[in-house]
Amino acid sequence: MTALESPSNYFDMFSLPTSYDVDLRQLEHRYVNLQKQFHPDRYAGKSAQDQRLAIQYIADINQAYAALKSPLLRAQYLLSLAGVDASHETAVTRDMDFLMEQMSLREALADISDAADPFAELAELEQKAVASFNALQQEFAGHYAAGDLELASESLAKMQFYSKLLNEVEQLEHELDEL
Amino acid sequence: MVLLQISEPGQSPEPHQRRRAVGIDLGTTNSLVATVRSGTPETLSVEGESHLLPSVVHYGEEVLVGRKAMEFAVSDPLNTLISVKRFMGRGLEDVKKLGSRLPYEFRENSGGMPEFRTSAGDISPVEASAEILKLLVESGEQALDGGLDGAVITVPAYFDDAQRQATKDAATLAGINVLRLLNEPTAAAIAYGLDKGEEGIIAVYDLGGGTFDISILRLSRGVFEVLSTGGDSALGGDDFDRAVATWIAEQCGAGEDLDPSRQRSLLQAAREVKHQLTEKDVAPIEISGWRGEISRDLFSRLIDPYVDKTLRACKRAIRDAGISSSEIRNVVLVGGSTRTPRVRDKVAQLFGKTPLADLDPDRVVALGAALQANVLVGNKSGDDMLLLDVIPLSLGLETMGGLTEKIIHRNTTIPVAKAQEFTTFKDGQTAMSIHVLQGERELVSDNRSLAQFVLRGIPPMIAGAAKIRVTFRVDADGLLSVSAKELTSGVEAHIEVKPSYGLDDRQVAKMLKASYTHAKEDMQARALREQQVEAGRVIEDLSAALNQDGKELLSDTEYHCLEVALEELEAVRDSSDHRAIARHIEMVSKTSEEFASRRMNASIRRALAGHSLDEVERDF
Repeated sequence: MTALESPSNYFDMFSLPTSYDVDLRQLEHRYVNLQKQFHPDRYAGKSAQDQRLAIQYIADINQAYAALKSPLLRAQYLLSLAGVDASHETAVTRDMDFLMEQMSLREALADISDAADPFAELAELEQKAVASFNALQQEFAGHYAAGDLELASESLAKMQFYSKLLNEVEQLEHELDEL
Repeated sequence: MVLLQISEPGQSPEPHQRRRAVGIDLGTTNSLVATVRSGTPETLSVEGESHLLPSVVHYGEEVLVGRKAMEFAVSDPLNTLISVKRFMGRGLEDVKKLGSRLPYEFRENSGGMPEFRTSAGDISPVEASAEILKLLVESGEQALDGGLDGAVITVPAYFDDAQRQATKDAATLAGINVLRLLNEPTAAAIAYGLDKGEEGIIAVYDLGGGTFDISILRLSRGVFEVLSTGGDSALGGDDFDRAVATWIAEQCGAGEDLDPSRQRSLLQAAREVKHQLTEKDVAPIEISGWRGEISRDLFSRLIDPYVDKTLRACKRAIRDAGISSSEIRNVVLVGGSTRTPRVRDKVAQLFGKTPLADLDPDRVVALGAALQANVLVGNKSGDDMLLLDVIPLSLGLETMGGLTEKIIHRNTTIPVAKAQEFTTFKDGQTAMSIHVLQGERELVSDNRSLAQFVLRGIPPMIAGAAKIRVTFRVDADGLLSVSAKELTSGVEAHIEVKPSYGLDDRQVAKMLKASYTHAKEDMQARALREQQVEAGRVIEDLSAALNQDGKELLSDTEYHCLEVALEELEAVRDSSDHRAIARHIEMVSKTSEEFASRRMNASIRRALAGHSLDEVERDF
């Protein structure tokens, strides 16, 4: 069977420029438009082939949309387009300040369960992590636009740390709820 | 420049006959069937009785379903199957965890699946569900005056792959053409959203007899986007009944080892108490000579552990949706168990607003399913409705050390396909065992084992040199298939994930055959009718496609080949040889494969070109 001739670049799939700064409203709008046209529900009465093709295309669209929507995955994807595998935390930073910050945040997280008001402290930690993550997004965008992939990779590695930390915050919040 | 002709989306060139479709809510306690008439969804009465069909099957001299079956609940408990939905897609081990007091005798079949010992033989939960479905379909056929073209069947959003597959198997056994498995809270959101013109973020809290779902959705101009879903597929009003029954048993000094009949009457008394307490503050109890009463406060204390469990799932769903609870405009209550005042109060407290129950919480799921069925069967253009649903539980693989590597995360929009590469652990390793899992936990043993298969024929290489790409595909029903391929040699293995505790295709075929042994001609007639309908669909479809794009996308020879194949199919479609019809359908679809791809590619090109055009000054 002939393959689908859908663009392989995620940005092209939504006719968007390949850049870290994505117009999220436009992305969502185009995503919904494609879904409205190609969602398997639209092909329910069609032949088995048409249904298969629609599922295949929409599965691609869903994957691309999820990658572009997420600040972290989008950065990973841009680097992968440039030939840098950034899906694992391979890049090691020598930024001492960051390493110190990393350690102190980890300690703070570990101590929270014993705190008098763990939820308040979690919220504070979360806020800090979100602020740092957002600042790193700016940093990444700058390095990437300037073509400095090494620095961009380092920003991404830091983003990955904060994203993981935020996941752990969420997990802990969930566990505290269960108590 | 030649201008392309594009018909209005969703409008087929020729109006076709109205098709018969229903939505079915296959519930733990009650089941319903609904259809759309004159644009409005309505539930249908079953066997001229109430719309709510008790999900009960009795196996005696004949198979009884519903209220008639219910009459045997206490007098003949072992042959009267109640709440079988709780056992769908589960292994005997899981079933034992559901509670020690189950008034059934089980046996384990070869696949590790529980079967009920009845006087009519061993019955699987899938077969019992099929009996319920058959009766619902009959009611649909009577109301619509003819055979059904298809049905949408709802499942709890939190059902895992095995439970979904079991539901689909039951539908196959009942002879239903399943248009889609639809998540219950999503169905409710459709009914709600379309009825009330609701926009914004809503939460659907769905507490049924045996399952609990919470879904957070964003509704925007007919787009129903599920942001997150959570729940427990073994938590519901049945648990309330059991808690009360245990309390009564303690009060009246009944021992632990009650016979099934006593268990049933205790459970029925408990249920009666629960219903009374939705209106009153105190309910009297009288059971085999013992008299007592239970207050609403005490009842609340008994059920609170279960209600609190649902609230924790709600909190997680809100977090997963990436929103704060203040952004939720409305909370919609679904499922009979949301009639319990304690549930309403606690839900209101958690979300900080009074939940809505304007639409009958027992019927709203079936109504939504009927609306979706009406669109999918082709009666109504789907332009004003788009459902973007998600998978409830992460899917992954076992890796070294008994750990789970997630491939597709929970709350990912479906359909979805995702691949990941793995490698060999030992030098010269020629086979790799692939263990497919579902769940959020890290340890394999804590997650649900869905299937296991082996990729053989990997050429011997040093450890870490082989590249095995495993691809997970989840379709629009939420069902998974997995394939594995060794990239350096091209060796491939593929399975439709047949859950460890489900039926395999052979078993389904055998059961189907068994149900027709009394009427062989029935089976023949059915096969013929199915093939004729399918042939009609293929002809209608391909003719329309040829008219629309044939001249443009095909060479004269290709066009001619397709025309010939179509004519041949036309010639046999009214014959009585269902095999010949099937053969020709197959031929047409083979011949038109390339055309289908080209059409799809042309539509994608048009869609991409249209991106910049459709956004002029549109506020989205």
